[in-house]
Amino acid sequence: MVNYIIRRVGYGVLILIGVNVFTFMLFFTVNTPDDMARMNIGGKRVSQDAIEKWKVERGYDKPLFWNGAAAGTQKLTKTIFYERSVQLFAFDFGASDSGRDIGYEIRTRVGPSVALAVPTFILGIVVVIAFSVLLVFFRNTYLEFWGFTVAVFMMAISALFYILLGQFLFSRVLKLVPISGFAGGWDLVVFLALPVLIGIVSRLGSEALFYRTMFLEEIGKDYVRTARSKGLSETVVLFRHVLRNAMLPILTSTVAILPLLFLGALIMESFFGIPGLGSYTIDAINAQDFAVVRSMVFVGSVLYIVGLILTDISYTVADPRIRLS
Amino acid sequence: MPKFVFLATDIVLFLLLVAIAFYARHALRTPTLRQTWRVVVRDPAAMSAAVVLGLFLVASILDSIHFRSLLPPAPGAEANAAPAYSTRTLSVLDALLAAPREAREKTYSIPLGTHSYSKESLLVGGKTVREYPRLQFGGSHLRDPEHEWMGDVVKRSLAGLAGGAVAAVLVWLIVGALRARSVRTSVGESLRAIATRATDVPWRAMLATASLLLLFAGWVAALWPWYHVFGTDQTGNDILYQAIKSIRTAVVIGSLATLATLPFAIVFGILAGYYKGKVDDAIQYLYTVLSSIPSVLLIAAFVLMIQVYIDKNPQMFETGLERADIRLFLLAAILGITGWAGLARLLRAETLKLSELDYVQAARAFGVSDRGIMRRHILPNVMHVVLIVAVLDFSSLVLYEAVLSYVGVGVDPTTNSFGTMINSARTELSRDPVVWWNLLAAFAFMVAFVLSMQLFASAVREAFDPRARAFRPHRTKSAANAAAAPPPTGAAAAATPAA
Repeated sequence: MVNYIIRRVGYGVLILIGVNVFTFMLFFTVNTPDDMARMNIGGKRVSQDAIEKWKVERGYDKPLFWNGAAAGTQKLTKTIFYERSVQLFAFDFGASDSGRDIGYEIRTRVGPSVALAVPTFILGIVVVIAFSVLLVFFRNTYLEFWGFTVAVFMMAISALFYILLGQFLFSRVLKLVPISGFAGGWDLVVFLALPVLIGIVSRLGSEALFYRTMFLEEIGKDYVRTARSKGLSETVVLFRHVLRNAMLPILTSTVAILPLLFLGALIMESFFGIPGLGSYTIDAINAQDFAVVRSMVFVGSVLYIVGLILTDISYTVADPRIRLS
Repeated sequence: MPKFVFLATDIVLFLLLVAIAFYARHALRTPTLRQTWRVVVRDPAAMSAAVVLGLFLVASILDSIHFRSLLPPAPGAEANAAPAYSTRTLSVLDALLAAPREAREKTYSIPLGTHSYSKESLLVGGKTVREYPRLQFGGSHLRDPEHEWMGDVVKRSLAGLAGGAVAAVLVWLIVGALRARSVRTSVGESLRAIATRATDVPWRAMLATASLLLLFAGWVAALWPWYHVFGTDQTGNDILYQAIKSIRTAVVIGSLATLATLPFAIVFGILAGYYKGKVDDAIQYLYTVLSSIPSVLLIAAFVLMIQVYIDKNPQMFETGLERADIRLFLLAAILGITGWAGLARLLRAETLKLSELDYVQAARAFGVSDRGIMRRHILPNVMHVVLIVAVLDFSSLVLYEAVLSYVGVGVDPTTNSFGTMINSARTELSRDPVVWWNLLAAFAFMVAFVLSMQLFASAVREAFDPRARAFRPHRTKSAANAAAAPPPTGAAAAATPAA
């Protein structure tokens, strides 16, 4: 087990190196730092002096991979690749292109992101499972048919519509919650209620249908027939037998998403003015702050890989038949 | 003779249509494929959706034939002077909808409105008053809008609906007559069969959908020359026109991006599954790296890089439309490059399974080359997976475009798309008084498109993946038991995200 985990972590590091090299190529070889400077300063006629100054201020004036002018190991470390890419592995993100410490920003913004993402995730699972179990419970009736139709219809609606209509209805017309913003303490509940609700509703359709197929697959298995032939009622079969067994694959598959909750919900945060990592990323994209985008790519990949490893481990914990090799 | 302009996305879209035509011919000639597609053709929900999709496809094809019109010769120019072309590139759709496109108001106006949505200082009888000015085009034929408006709108609506109804009846009769000829019965008998659902192909559902569309089209056709049916946006452009223009963007994003994933996914997926070992490791590494980067960030990174490139080389594009189009084209390509991992994973698993089967072993024993086996024995047998994933992905890409446009890495701001429409609706909803029609139009068109695509896709999935058929909902117990009975009409087909 320990061996296996070590191997998986090693593979994860390998993937991260790949991600790093890939993003570095994307950001620095497709376009030179000069292009970035010009774009960041803005305007077509930017003097070369201004570009040089911009680059020196942000450390982009060094060579990409090999600094022939420096001495000793500094030949490697005094380069953009080392300072901007290798340093990420030590979680040293450096300063953003607008001059602020990215590491500090990430640390302060994780809190609000988690405060939004975790309730959405947990309540979401409960609601989705409840909805899909009901669909299965009422199968072959009009209730299922209409529930199914509603779910299909909900799937066809973009999340943006849910957000816009939700804000309009609950904040503007009914004035139940503030339209956007964030505050600590008990006010948090008021600010987060709507984004959480919309986050759940916008995913309900597709996820409920997906879980429904999982339950239906489970319900066709032999042990269910045995349970029925013992004379158990349909309710007992569904809730005691099917639900428990179907929860296994559902829970293990959700483990993969857990770490990504730290990244927050991109669109939701930006619409509701929650100062989390999602809105940080969107702001960076809009401001074309490449340093922040690069850091967020790295953080996202790290979390994804942690999720992969956790999934593998959770399989063995949940299902003793699976052995890691 | 206008000068035709071929944009990058136009060319690819038409090549795609040709490819689909070839596939259709191939499917018609192959008995197994024919049988499978027959399942789709018999599904009422899927075929109704196909009618809607067909209409959208026609709109986007019309919008993909671009030209620059010939300008009248300048006065005093020589007779044999080189012809001058307009600097504006238009599509056939633009030409057809010239009236609403050119009927530009000053700013917002409500659907079917006669007055502007914001007050202006007007000179009435020598005095300046703040009033809602009359629109320049919308309802300009009315002399006294306050009293005439209601009657005029009702009158024109009824006329339009009547026209639509006549067209619908004609379509019913034409279909009935054509069917009567092919199955050799009388027209009345044929219509009765359609009405009682006694036909193989769900004509009744299709004709009902077509009738609804015709009624709507008739209503729009009767009102559009006189009013802005869905109102106007902030700069006074007709919303309905923009919504119709957005269809092409959605179709291009959906189809081109799906198309762009295919080469990567098919080649890498089959290679990994067939060769296993080192090749498999390398390819798995590649797609794990790609999929470990959050997709919005990856796309944003690509798009930012492209934007820098486009800004750096403005001389490459003759017109603004070309620049916007190349961005749309590259966006679709990026969605493809970043999105092939899922399909590749499925194809790898399928190939792993297939390459152990007897017929592949036999081919190998006969000395067929690896390439030959992959091309002739593996590829045709994984195509159903490709098809299922391609149609399922289509609608999610259309939804994704809206999100990307919101983030600022979507289509060019000058391109009409559902994303840009929703984006502008964001500020309009917090405006006072609220502007709701822009969002409504985007919502209606987008839901119609995405829903149709999803219904069609799930029918294709059920046809090609028999396992999925077990998850279709039934309204009554009897229908569930009688497996041979025709599926209930209008049943939303089982739709589950691709595994």
